[in-house]
Amino acid sequence: MAGIIKNRQVAANNWQLLKAGADKSLPAVPEGDVIVPLAQWLAQKDALLARKGRLGVWLANTDDPAVIAGDLNHFDLVAVDFPHFTDGRGSSIARLLRERYGWTGELRAIGDVIRDVVFYLSRCGFDAFDLKAGEDAKAALSAFGDFSEAYQTSVERPQPLFRRRAATAQAAAAK
Amino acid sequence: MYIYDEIDQRIVDDRVAQFRDQTSRFLAGSLSEDDFRPLRLQNGLYIQRFAPMLRVAIPYGLLASRQLRALAYIARKWDRGYAHFSTRQNIQYNWPKLEDVPDILEKLASVQMHAIQTSGNCIRNTTVDHFAGVAPDEIVDPLVWCEIIRQWSAFHPEFAFLPRKFKIAVSGAETDRAAIQVHDIGLQAQYDDKGNIGFRVYVGGGLGRTPIIGTVIREFLPWQHLLTYLDAVLRVYNRYGRRDNKYKARIKILVKETKPEVFRAQVEAEWAHLKDGPATLIEEEVERITKRFTRPAYQKLDKLASGYVLALGRDKAFASWARRNVQAHKVAGYAAVTLSLKKTGVAPGDMTDAQMEAVADLADRYSFGELRVSHEQNLILADVRQSDLFELWQQARELGLATPNIGLLTNIIACPGGDFCSLANAKSLPVADAITRRFDDLDYLYDIGELDLNISGCMNSCGHHHVGHIGVLGVDKQGAEFYQISIGGAQGNKAALGKVLGPSVSQAEVPGVVEKLIDLYIERRDSAEERFIDVVQRIGIEPFKEHVYGGHHKKPAGRGEQLAAA
Ligand code: SF4
Repeated sequence: MAGIIKNRQVAANNWQLLKAGADKSLPAVPEGDVIVPLAQWLAQKDALLARKGRLGVWLANTDDPAVIAGDLNHFDLVAVDFPHFTDGRGSSIARLLRERYGWTGELRAIGDVIRDVVFYLSRCGFDAFDLKAGEDAKAALSAFGDFSEAYQTSVERPQPLFRRRAATAQAAAAK
Repeated sequence: MYIYDEIDQRIVDDRVAQFRDQTSRFLAGSLSEDDFRPLRLQNGLYIQRFAPMLRVAIPYGLLASRQLRALAYIARKWDRGYAHFSTRQNIQYNWPKLEDVPDILEKLASVQMHAIQTSGNCIRNTTVDHFAGVAPDEIVDPLVWCEIIRQWSAFHPEFAFLPRKFKIAVSGAETDRAAIQVHDIGLQAQYDDKGNIGFRVYVGGGLGRTPIIGTVIREFLPWQHLLTYLDAVLRVYNRYGRRDNKYKARIKILVKETKPEVFRAQVEAEWAHLKDGPATLIEEEVERITKRFTRPAYQKLDKLASGYVLALGRDKAFASWARRNVQAHKVAGYAAVTLSLKKTGVAPGDMTDAQMEAVADLADRYSFGELRVSHEQNLILADVRQSDLFELWQQARELGLATPNIGLLTNIIACPGGDFCSLANAKSLPVADAITRRFDDLDYLYDIGELDLNISGCMNSCGHHHVGHIGVLGVDKQGAEFYQISIGGAQGNKAALGKVLGPSVSQAEVPGVVEKLIDLYIERRDSAEERFIDVVQRIGIEPFKEHVYGGHHKKPAGRGEQLAAA
């Protein structure tokens, strides 16, 4: 199985990603660790919780993360799908999960995820990246260093640059 | 000028390295064309009709002479010796080679410039009143706030891939010269009755295929909350803006389709979570940014320089230039000078490398080494001593930059159009040229008085034709280039969208139609003070329609049948 990036390292991927059929029918759930679509979680909560393997859920770019805000303690992983890397909805979903709904577990970007968006996504709260086929996870690790600083507040660093600057200036003045 | 600190510089340098890497991966074949496209667009790089086009940001239109020299150097070394100032305080190069772009960006970074987010579906260069900081009618100097917005918007991780492009404009004066009501977000800086700075927030304005005047969603947003509020608006847009149809993807459509009141409620609900969070601005930051702006060291001068007054009386040509191209300044004895890039025979906004260097010299000599770029595609020396005006005029004239036509019909705003732009329906530059030639007589031009004529080569409206008193839009009629004429548009506080006059006309007919519009205006105005736009607003478009198309609204009558009544 192809490797993913997790916590800024290449890691093995032990999860199976389940997708609904073309007719929206829910997939059968195999043994082991699975990431189910939101609809499946909503329809089969009890059965999914009674299973042995670990449980993850994935959100589509059009899903509202508020729907699972109260369920987060049941999951070992939450994933957000990017049908195309230029669809930025997943970035807002990630921030909401982290900053508003308090998700602290693994947050994985799946779908059309390329090396060049890893830096941004990481700032939005993703700590795992299942890159699209053909991308080299090892080579993509350098993406975390694309920029050495950033102006805005982010999940990784809630204090925006201007507050950190002000704090440094204050500390210098106090010396 | 805002002067970068070490971190600002580092971020821009990092971007150059990132783009160099992306370009080489693309050229080596490991980054696909489809994946590279959105990435290069975020760096202002288009693949145009003939060659790539690189759009460089001139943040809020402010430019130092050393930066203009660097732009000249780039034009000479990597392009064909000229560049084009756009209507959004950007400069565009039409002929760079893809593999040279990283070097161009590096050269830009060396003078604290960049091409970050000058294209693509992200937050674009913030624009401002081109007389910011010097206009006598200014309430709040907006430049500091523009730089704060620039930093907030640069590489914002959440809003890098919006449904569509997103443009913010800021004004701090009584007269709106930044067209804030036709931007995705428009900010009017003002004071409340306790003397606190804040912003009136317009949202969902825009031109293009569906022109809309923005709605006020907040009367007064205290400055501390500027960034959290912007985050809230952008988040609502990022989540709910349409992505299924690129013509319906701008925020104006979202605001319209959800209804402005509902949209406002969504923003308020989102903001309730973000308000007072870490992105809340602090006084230290505003002070820090303010201090990093260099300000002209004005001298104490008389309100009116006597030499200037004498020269005005002595030299008629100088006086008419001063009347059109010299604007009042809030500091006694100073004036703001517009160098016109609208000379007959030159494409609006085009400038050669030699002209750029010469203007950089003028800026050093007469205006503290700084200049501005206006959305009307002219350059401005904002801080000139009145006593230097005569000398400056003589030098500008030699450079071909003293056409006294600011605010007049031949100060045409035109997009690059079909000569360069692959989206165009029709050419815009030859139309501008033909009109300029038709109205080359200065006395006639003055008699016509204030008139904005704007030309776009297609519905994307880069030439702002909707808000021209006369607007010209290139349309495609069974594969042929035609032009739709509208009248009654206006920018500024009384922003209005022009109304289409009638069936579109061929390129050759456009100057004749404009002439007919002017004829009727001159006939119907009640005094020389009543401007074209005033007459249109007073008598409506019907009489103009009638005059152009005749009784039956058929083909416009040709030139020569009607001569100026003036
Ligand atoms: S208005 Fe149309 S033709 Fe003109 S520059 Fe914009 S996209 Fe191109």
